[in-house]
Amino acid sequence: MIYEVFRQERKGQPFQHAGSLEAANHDFAETYAKEFYGRRGESEALWIVPREAIMEAEDFVDELNRNYHRVDGYSLKEKLKEARERAGHALVARDR
Amino acid sequence: MNEQDTRSLLEIADDELILGWRDSEWTGIAPLLEEDVAFSSIAQNEIGHARALYELVAREQGTTADELAFDRAPDEYRCSTLVERRFLDWEKTIARHYLYEEADAKRLEELKQSGDAEVAGLAAKIDREEAYHRIHAQMWFDRLKDEPRFTAALDELRPLLDAGREEHSAELAELWEEMTMVRRSQPAGTRW
Repeated sequence: MIYEVFRQERKGQPFQHAGSLEAANHDFAETYAKEFYGRRGESEALWIVPREAIMEAEDFVDELNRNYHRVDGYSLKEKLKEARERAGHALVARDR
Repeated sequence: MNEQDTRSLLEIADDELILGWRDSEWTGIAPLLEEDVAFSSIAQNEIGHARALYELVAREQGTTADELAFDRAPDEYRCSTLVERRFLDWEKTIARHYLYEEADAKRLEELKQSGDAEVAGLAAKIDREEAYHRIHAQMWFDRLKDEPRFTAALDELRPLLDAGREEHSAELAELWEEMTMVRRSQPAGTRW
């Protein structure tokens, strides 16, 4: 059986994919995963997951072409900056 | 360090060196690639333990770890015949691994109680790594325990645990020839 191994490098950090291994059962998978990804202090914790237990989703169809739902390319930073500037002017104008 | 401690340390060191050598013979040819890496790592640990133990004994005897490891005659080694055997079948290798780890755990437990703090400390340090070897051995035992080829190997090898350390097999002499070849090919005192 193929297992996918994820490792956490430091406490609080997200788990990241480390690699995969082949093992006869969960016990072997745990031992091998510790051997390959954990025994030298390089990981805080491991997730060892049978590959078949992982659900993969990759087809994100946008059949109605409603791309106005998407926020990619919309830079909030710029808009915020402009809004702040406007607000600043407004503030100055009112104080006057 | 008392005489008894020195003797046990040397016995364990010789066991670990020779077993480390034998286990390392599986590097690149183990039945599974994952196991190849894991077992090679175990082999390397054993040789590392041998080195640490030889260093303690060497200081006691006014010699060096290298001289103890490589410059004695084969009949001066104090290893068990169990570790000397050369196996080309995996079930025997795993049976030996299991029997050895079981016996090794017992003597390390005793050594951890030694009145000599340095001996007890080293035993504890070695035992922390052996704990991983025991998990590995147990895992294989659980997997193979109902296989006749494995139980036959256990039955064949178990008596070797009590076979004594005075008599050695011809296999040790052959291993020693290879193990010490590089050192013997150069004049004594050659710096590497």
